[in-house]
Amino acid sequence: MTFCCAVVTFPGSNCDRDMAVALEKVSGTAPLRVWHGDADLPEGLDFIALPGGFSYGDYLRCGAIASRSPIMRAVVEAANRGVPVLGVCNGFQVLTESGLLPGALLRNSVIRFVCRDVKLRVENAQSLFTSGYEAGQEILIPVAHHDGNYFADEATLDRLEGEGRVAFRYAEDVNGSSRQIAGVLNGAGNVLGMMPHPERAIEATHGGTDGRALFESAMKALVGA
Amino acid sequence: MKVRVHVSLKPGVLDPQGRAIHHSLEGLGFSGVNEVRAGRLIELDVADSVTDEALDDMCRKLLANMVIENYRIEKVAT
Repeated sequence: MTFCCAVVTFPGSNCDRDMAVALEKVSGTAPLRVWHGDADLPEGLDFIALPGGFSYGDYLRCGAIASRSPIMRAVVEAANRGVPVLGVCNGFQVLTESGLLPGALLRNSVIRFVCRDVKLRVENAQSLFTSGYEAGQEILIPVAHHDGNYFADEATLDRLEGEGRVAFRYAEDVNGSSRQIAGVLNGAGNVLGMMPHPERAIEATHGGTDGRALFESAMKALVGA
Repeated sequence: MKVRVHVSLKPGVLDPQGRAIHHSLEGLGFSGVNEVRAGRLIELDVADSVTDEALDDMCRKLLANMVIENYRIEKVAT
């Protein structure tokens, strides 16, 4: 069975090709490419990816304009129907701006753009996206962002922790994120947003392959591959 | 009708930009600045028929992120 996925491109996305290559490497099938102005998604999708980049030049707030683009209405609808959605970096910002995930991503507390490999701890290894990891496993994944400082009020953070919705946590303080949260799941577990880039850690030549298990987990869960 | 929307970070939300500005002011020798918070000013020119409710809706749906920001709508006499 083929793994039918789509990568959404917004004006200013710049990791859409990386995401498409990663999905193809892992699944053997080239993902469909969807443009921000499209009103509909292709039929029968197993997986939707929102890539990193600087959609709409980060105008207003990172991800704000993209989250109101025509395709996002279809993505929100699909997510609410249970279709898995992965948002990486700017894709995470788009997910919080669209309301699919709680919280917001603020400017890094260190002010600087942070671009390096960071250690993450897998907090929830039972989700659709993380079942290929062990709980507590440390993985090395690159980050590259200026606005990755995850913020939510204390009650929301407690709820996320209590419900096992913190998927990944930074092993050290990278950007000032509340409770060092690097990736969060929605309540139903079919939407994951994360600042680090798993699609940049797929092949040995990337300097590591720790991102691969994320895509493999999703594929296994969805098509039993 | 001219409208100014003042968007500011909610109290308690960390403002690294404000902190950097504060730091820079101190570097220039200005003393006595206790805190700096940076916000955003959005100026709109709208038809007179645009209602207060519609302006409020614009702020909530796009101009401000209610998770981290507050907004204030100011109508400017022309």
